[in-house]
Amino acid sequence: MYRLYSKIFSTHKTVIPVNDLFGDEKIEIIGKKLQKKIQQLFNGSLAIREVDTGSTNACEHELTALSNAYYDIERFGVSFVASPRHADMLMVTGPVSRNMREALIKTYEATPDPKIVVAVGDDAIDGGIFRDSYAILDGVDKVIPVDFKIPGDPPSPKTILCHLIKILEAIEEKDHQK
Amino acid sequence: MLNLISTQFSFFLALLFLAIGAIGSLIFAKKDWLANLWGNCLAILASVSGLVAAVKVLFFGETFTYVINSTLPNLSFSFVIDRLSALFIFIISLIALFSSIYALGYVKHFYKKYNLGVLGFFYNIFILGMLLVASAHNIFFFLIVWEIMSLSSYFLVIFENKEKNNIKAGSLYFIMTHVGTAFIMLAFLLLYQATGSLDFGIIKSNIGNASLLTKNLVFIFALIGFGTKAGIIPFHIWLPSAHPAAPTHVSALMSGVMIKTGIYMFIRIFVGILSGTELWWGVLILIIGIFSSMLGVLYALTEHDIKRLLAFHSIENIGIILLGIGSAMIFLSLNLKTMATLSLVAALFHTLNHATFKALLFLGAGSVISQTHTRNMEDYGGLIKYMPQTAFFFLIGSMAISALPPFNGFFSEWLTFQTIFMGIQTQDIFTKSIFILAAVGLAFTGGLAAACFVKAFGVTFLARPRSTEIFQAKEPEFSMRFGMLVLTFATLVLGIFAGSVSKTILGVVNDLTGFQQISGIFFTHRQTFELSNGFAAVSTPTIFVVLSIVLSLIYVLVEILTSRRKVKVGCTWDCGTELEPQMEITSTSFARSIIMIFKGVLKPSKQLEIEYRDANMRYFPTSRNVELGITDVYQYYFYQPLRTLLDRFSGYIKNVQIGILNAYITYVFLILLILLLTQSY
Amino acid sequence: MTLVPILSPLFLGVLRKIKAYFQNRVGASIFQPYRNLWKLFHKDEVISKDASWIFRFAPYLIFTITTILGASIPLFSTLLSTNLLSDFLTIVYLVALSTFFLALAGIDVGCVFGGLGSSREMTLAALTEGGFIFSFLVLAFLAHSTNLFSIASAVSTLPLFSFTPVVLAFISFIIVMLCETAHFPFDNPATHLELTMVHEAMILEYSGKRLALIEWAAANKFLIFLSLGANMFFPWGLTAQADIWQVFLALGVFVVKALILTTFVAVLESSIAKFRFFRLPDLLFTALILSTMAILLIY
Repeated sequence: MYRLYSKIFSTHKTVIPVNDLFGDEKIEIIGKKLQKKIQQLFNGSLAIREVDTGSTNACEHELTALSNAYYDIERFGVSFVASPRHADMLMVTGPVSRNMREALIKTYEATPDPKIVVAVGDDAIDGGIFRDSYAILDGVDKVIPVDFKIPGDPPSPKTILCHLIKILEAIEEKDHQK
Repeated sequence: MLNLISTQFSFFLALLFLAIGAIGSLIFAKKDWLANLWGNCLAILASVSGLVAAVKVLFFGETFTYVINSTLPNLSFSFVIDRLSALFIFIISLIALFSSIYALGYVKHFYKKYNLGVLGFFYNIFILGMLLVASAHNIFFFLIVWEIMSLSSYFLVIFENKEKNNIKAGSLYFIMTHVGTAFIMLAFLLLYQATGSLDFGIIKSNIGNASLLTKNLVFIFALIGFGTKAGIIPFHIWLPSAHPAAPTHVSALMSGVMIKTGIYMFIRIFVGILSGTELWWGVLILIIGIFSSMLGVLYALTEHDIKRLLAFHSIENIGIILLGIGSAMIFLSLNLKTMATLSLVAALFHTLNHATFKALLFLGAGSVISQTHTRNMEDYGGLIKYMPQTAFFFLIGSMAISALPPFNGFFSEWLTFQTIFMGIQTQDIFTKSIFILAAVGLAFTGGLAAACFVKAFGVTFLARPRSTEIFQAKEPEFSMRFGMLVLTFATLVLGIFAGSVSKTILGVVNDLTGFQQISGIFFTHRQTFELSNGFAAVSTPTIFVVLSIVLSLIYVLVEILTSRRKVKVGCTWDCGTELEPQMEITSTSFARSIIMIFKGVLKPSKQLEIEYRDANMRYFPTSRNVELGITDVYQYYFYQPLRTLLDRFSGYIKNVQIGILNAYITYVFLILLILLLTQSY
Repeated sequence: MTLVPILSPLFLGVLRKIKAYFQNRVGASIFQPYRNLWKLFHKDEVISKDASWIFRFAPYLIFTITTILGASIPLFSTLLSTNLLSDFLTIVYLVALSTFFLALAGIDVGCVFGGLGSSREMTLAALTEGGFIFSFLVLAFLAHSTNLFSIASAVSTLPLFSFTPVVLAFISFIIVMLCETAHFPFDNPATHLELTMVHEAMILEYSGKRLALIEWAAANKFLIFLSLGANMFFPWGLTAQADIWQVFLALGVFVVKALILTTFVAVLESSIAKFRFFRLPDLLFTALILSTMAILLIY
């Protein structure tokens, strides 16, 4: 036990600080903007439910990496939840195989409003490398209305964070346009 | 107006009504509706006059004694209604009133199937027997009415005689109750031999001269005899089969009231008649109470027949009452009069409470069974949408039996806890450890009872239906709902006005024990119950009021703040699959964790049968059969050896009857010789 | 009365923050639970068509009970003593009432996990009641009263040698607290695996404002148990005077004590794993036995 504690206390912090994410200016704004947007929209807390509709699990790995000690999405108030009833945003991965079609619709209906649906990965957007296969339905937007898309096969956690910012920016603009 | 009617008049009026009801039902047996109406309405009238009599005694102190001497020697029909009898007459009449109201609607589903005249006859005789048991004061008279009560309940148990199980249950009940009666007779004969009188009052004054051995034997025999009726472990084996077999309103009476007559006689004999209690008597009763309560609730958890579950809960609550009586006897032997009085108040209050909420639960279960035609809980589900009022009454009954505030069960369990805490503070290490065990037992019992009723209520009423009969269910008749409604109201009222009720019961106990000067055990000021030594205080009306006020405040606040949010109705989140009835929790699986934890006590068994496609290469099974059971330890370790012993003994005795005439003449000669020799000395 | 509901999300936030530090992360801010509750109150709800009025009613009742409990226990003073509700048996049974309804709500929706969670929750609640009552019983015997406020003032004046029973009772109370508030080793409050859930499984169906009420009630319960542990067993710092500075000082002491206990729970959660379900009764029986030993030590 003592070794465990001494290891914990002696390890340096590995969280990518918001300020110097690889020294890229664009990403600098991403970090800050995400926090502000989430604060404005979902008042500082966003609950994400991840739905896997037959993907290669590459996107899931990247989504899981978002909550590790390196990217630490929790510090922005975002968390992954266990049930769509608790969720605000659905992140759908995978090209929607036929078997998962009904499950996806049920998940969508089980999520309370207001909700956002994001298709993560090329597979979810339009079928990706599995497009036109007999076993899939070619993308999430053929089944449920998709609000936003994050391209990549799979998108890296940094890209996902980046696009989450752009998504939330778009919502704010839409709100202003109304 | 009450002053005009004397106790005597209303009590005998009750008996008269019951007699008329019994005979009338038989006369009108041909017409179902008339027999039903006659039997139950007269029972209602009788209960009302019984209530009046009891109230007059309890609140106005008009006890009465009445003796009818008969020509037979030693037999005199003597009734004495003192406050203890009045309390039990009150309980009997109250529950009989609501059971009879319920029965008006319930027995309609016996029309054309069974003889309702017989039902009415035995039902009225049963209530008559119980009222007489609570008031009898002469040993022979008592034994006669005890037998009347037992026999009429036997006939009621086997009333639905088309089911084989009912007949078996009835036979078991018949044998066990007569074994109990045998022990009661032994105890009474010993009392007669020690004091030379058959009257309870005279026995009480003369018993001081009896030897210690007599008193101990009387204690043991009375414990076994009345314990069999009360359903203490290990004499309880008739209870789980007999209570479900009887029609529901009779089960409510049997479970709520008849087993209390055993408790009544416990108190009457151990506290009232036998003076100078020994320490080990109280300790023994306390230990029996601990075992009955814990084992009762554990076996209840294993059940999936709703009426058997409720029957086991009766055993558990009798255990809790025995905890109170046991502590009272321990305190009496240590000459701690105030604490003994408190324990008796706790025990008697719990008797009253248990009668009300157990009757309520049985009546609720009966409504469900009459609509769904099955007692198996695994076939229920979703009934709250088809029978919402019954569900609400059953919920209140479940909350009361789980001792949740602000209902009456909470208060009596609180009181029992307080008496046990006082016991823990005694000096002697031996009694202290017994009381600590009692507190542990009571704490676990309370928690496990709540778990069992989450299971019972949840599996029966909530979620989705598990079988197709549920869809035909609808609310039962008005009379059935009315009976349950008033009992629900009674549980709440008894809970809120617990202070006044405990004051009345204190009067009962003081009258019994003769400790007239003990009034400062507790204060009740505006229904706040507070112990005199400042150890504890509880106020059930405060809890109720505070809960209601804060609940309404919060509800209104949240509704106002979130009025613009919409509520959408959708499907249960099932991870995207189709939800079938088999996917819901069942009563067996709900309790499985607890059964596994207590598997040393319950000894669960699991049998697995697998049929394979190819018996040699056992790879692909075609069917699997799992049977989960609980070994019946009492049958196995206690009654079966007794039976084998009896069989073997009878086998030896059988050899006496050889069949040869010469041997018989030899026997006669030998006995004559022995008698002449003994007489001459 | 509103002190506990207002403060409770803060302690939950501190707990999660400390756990995040142990995992070498930054973690959400300590005010994150407030934002979560705010957002949940602004969301719509989806209720299953299998649910009955019990499902809709239970969150209100559970939140009410935690609020009432928060008002009945000594937080920072022995002044505002609502004597009538502060009997410890009443507290235990009120907690049992909230568990009863939560378990019923879990069964109500008829989904697999709800029933599973309810079964486990009732098993643990049944076994915890013994340890709960007994740990307070030790204090009640020492203080000759079952009223929580009297216990608090009496324990603060005890001589040193009668502290062994209090320490034993405290250890037993810690075990009970971990069980009732659904923390390690009894339950993982952050798990997504339904087969390991106890408390979370029963609330999987809730959404919107009812979910907010239940989460808030869980936070309240945590704070109530923290304050019971802090103020019953180590009651120094409770004021008996109505002086405003004394009240602030007492409030500060209370917050510090509760934070110490929170740190302890967070460190525990980061050091050990959740126990297998059938190892938990052993732990609960240990709590009971420790308290029994403490009682035997008193006399």
